[in-house]
Amino acid sequence: MLYLMFLASCAIAIASAIMAITRLNASHALIYLVITLLSLAVIFFLLGAPFAAALQIVIYAGAIVVLFLFVVMMLNLGRRSVERERQWLLPGIWVIPSILAGALFVILGLALIGAENQAVIDGEMIGPRRVGAALVGPYVLAVELAGVLLLAGLVGAYHLGRRYLDERRER
Amino acid sequence: MMDAAGGIPLEHVIWFAITLFLIGVVGILIRRNVIFILLSLELMMNAAAVVFIAAGAFHDQADGQVMFMFILALAAAEVAVALGLVVQLARRFKTLDIDAASEMTG
Repeated sequence: MLYLMFLASCAIAIASAIMAITRLNASHALIYLVITLLSLAVIFFLLGAPFAAALQIVIYAGAIVVLFLFVVMMLNLGRRSVERERQWLLPGIWVIPSILAGALFVILGLALIGAENQAVIDGEMIGPRRVGAALVGPYVLAVELAGVLLLAGLVGAYHLGRRYLDERRER
Repeated sequence: MMDAAGGIPLEHVIWFAITLFLIGVVGILIRRNVIFILLSLELMMNAAAVVFIAAGAFHDQADGQVMFMFILALAAAEVAVALGLVVQLARRFKTLDIDAASEMTG
C-alpha cells in the first residue's frame, strides 16, 4: 500500500514536472509546479518525514510559488508572450538536451545498479521533536548561517527592487 | 522486482530523484525565458531534497530533514534575489529572454 502510494505520487510528480517545463504560459507552468511540489510532499510523508511534508506545502507551494506568480502577474505577460514563447520553443529543440540527460541517467543508473543496495524504507516517522532537537543541537551554527543567508537575500531583493522604483520616478 | 510489501526501496526513491533532477536539467537547457529557468532550478533542488529525506529515513536520523530545511532557506533566498533580477531584466531589456543579458561577454 505504502509502495503503491509512492509509485502514484512519483508518476504524478514526473508527469506534472514534464508539463511544467514545456508549457508556453508561465502561469500554467507554475500551477503544474505546484502539483509537483504537492506530490513531493506526499512522498516526504510516506518516507516518514511529516514535518518536512508540512514545510514543503507551507513554504514551497505556499510562499515561493506565490512569489513566482506575483512576479508573473506584475510583469503582465499576456497573449503576446505566449506567441514569443512559441517562437523560442522550437520543435526538436529538446532532442539534444534529452540525449545528454539520458546519457547522464544511464551513467547514474549504472552506478546505482552496481551498488546492489537492497535497503527498504519502512516509513517510520521522524517527528518534529527530533528534527527540532537536531536543529538547536549539533546544527545551531548552520541555523544561524541560514539566517545570515536569508538576510543577504532580503538585502539583495530590496536593493534590486528599489532601483527599479527610482528609475520609474525619474521618468 | 524486489519485495516491496513492507516499504519503499531506497533505490527506487533515488531513481525517482534522478529522473526529477534530469527533467530540471532539460528544462534549463531548452528554455530561454528566465522564469522557466528558475522553475527548473526549483525542480532540481527538490530532487536533491528527496534524496536527503530518503537518506535520513533510511538511517533513522533527523539530519535528512534538517538538510531539507536548509535547502528550503536556500531556495527562499535564491528566489527573492533571482526574481528581483527578473524584474530588472524585464524593465531594462523589455524581454524575459536570458540571452538579452549577455552584453558583458564583449
